[in-house]
Amino acid sequence: MKHLKEEELIAYREGVAEQRAAISEHLAACEECRGELQRIEAVLAALDTLPVPEPGADYGRQVWKEIAPRLADKPGRWWQVWLEPRRLVAAGAVMALIVAAFVAGRFTKRDGTGDNIASKEQVRERILVVAVGEHLGHSERMLIELSNEAPNDPKQKQVDISAEQRRAEDLLQENRLYRQTALQEGDAGLASVLDELERVLLDVAHSPGEVTPAQLETIRKKIQVRGILFKVRVVSKELQQRQEATKPAPAQNESTKRERNKV
Amino acid sequence: MQPSADSTQAIAESDAIAVERTLAGDRDAYRVLVERHSHNVFRLAYRMTGNRHDAEEVVQEAFLRGYQKLGQFAARANFGTWVYRIAANYAIDRMRQRQKEESRREAPRVQDADGIENDPLNRVKDEAPTPERLTQSLELRKQMEQALAALSDAERTAFVMRHWEGCGIEEIAGVLKSSSNATKNTVFRAVQKLRRALQPIVGTRTQARAMGTES
Repeated sequence: MKHLKEEELIAYREGVAEQRAAISEHLAACEECRGELQRIEAVLAALDTLPVPEPGADYGRQVWKEIAPRLADKPGRWWQVWLEPRRLVAAGAVMALIVAAFVAGRFTKRDGTGDNIASKEQVRERILVVAVGEHLGHSERMLIELSNEAPNDPKQKQVDISAEQRRAEDLLQENRLYRQTALQEGDAGLASVLDELERVLLDVAHSPGEVTPAQLETIRKKIQVRGILFKVRVVSKELQQRQEATKPAPAQNESTKRERNKV
Repeated sequence: MQPSADSTQAIAESDAIAVERTLAGDRDAYRVLVERHSHNVFRLAYRMTGNRHDAEEVVQEAFLRGYQKLGQFAARANFGTWVYRIAANYAIDRMRQRQKEESRREAPRVQDADGIENDPLNRVKDEAPTPERLTQSLELRKQMEQALAALSDAERTAFVMRHWEGCGIEEIAGVLKSSSNATKNTVFRAVQKLRRALQPIVGTRTQARAMGTES
């Protein structure tokens, strides 16, 4: 007789077994498996004796007393989710871009010469360059850390990538805003790299918090196949150069955009 | 004792009214929800964090966040389940924060001659108590607390929510941001680790009781 696996017995005991009837049937006929289940149950029964302190009959009132002074007059509405700090940071960056672009536009309109139109574009671009450069740096670090993740112990069957997953969620929101801004600014090359990065960030953000080494390898391969780390580095480097240059010539800008479109 | 289906339904309906009134600006209506669900949230938080101070912080934070996000709460959902989920998520963050604080204070990890890390689970096995010590329930409690503390955040969350709180796999998967199958595996791994750590002790204790040698 083929005995039940420990996994099946635990799933049965915890009420998550898929073939419950078949397991019950086997247990009725197999003394050895019944003994194994009893040993599991003995451990769980011992754990059930662990006490949870009783917080007291008026605990609910105490909690209310503690939190009431910290509550706003009215609870948050659905749109207030957009006022959460991390979203505010991303939205603030984009607002800064829009305001700066508007200011740049106001100044350049006064003269209306070809040189000033170029200068307006430069100002807009420089602001985008600084914000996106930082975002790409953060994304690169997260992807490198994820690629270097490994089980602490070779026997360990799962790798905890929850920290990277949460960072990917935050970066994803920023990435969407920067990609849209790059598209509006007509920087198709940057928008394209951000689009590819977004797909990778989406994969990581939607992964489970703990993955098997095989699942981690699949994520690593996806990152490698898309060559996203290389592209992010190339664009970051280029943005850095553009940021450092005090007065980038319009001709150079065009050539760098063309170069990036080739990446 | 588990509440009956009728009383659960009545509580859910009464919760829905309290949520509606809170959203309409009646702040005192939220008080009803806090007083009704604080005990359950505390039990979950204590089992997840393992200490009263953190558990109380989790309860307060869960209800504060619940109030701030109440506008996102779907009218047909169950408020108890919803605030429970907020508490579980915050408890995970709290445990991670606590681990970081502790790892900063701790000396570098010690490895034995074979290079095997001296983790808490190994300590449980190495310090297998003598029959005399087994009779001390405090010692067993300590071992069980150590075994629970040695689980990963996800394993502990999955075990607490499934085994002690009776939550559904989908609900736990939502908190862990994981798939149903991965969540089932997490429950399995948690029980397996607890078993490996505690069976030598629990087994001996059960045997001693059967032989009448345990006081």
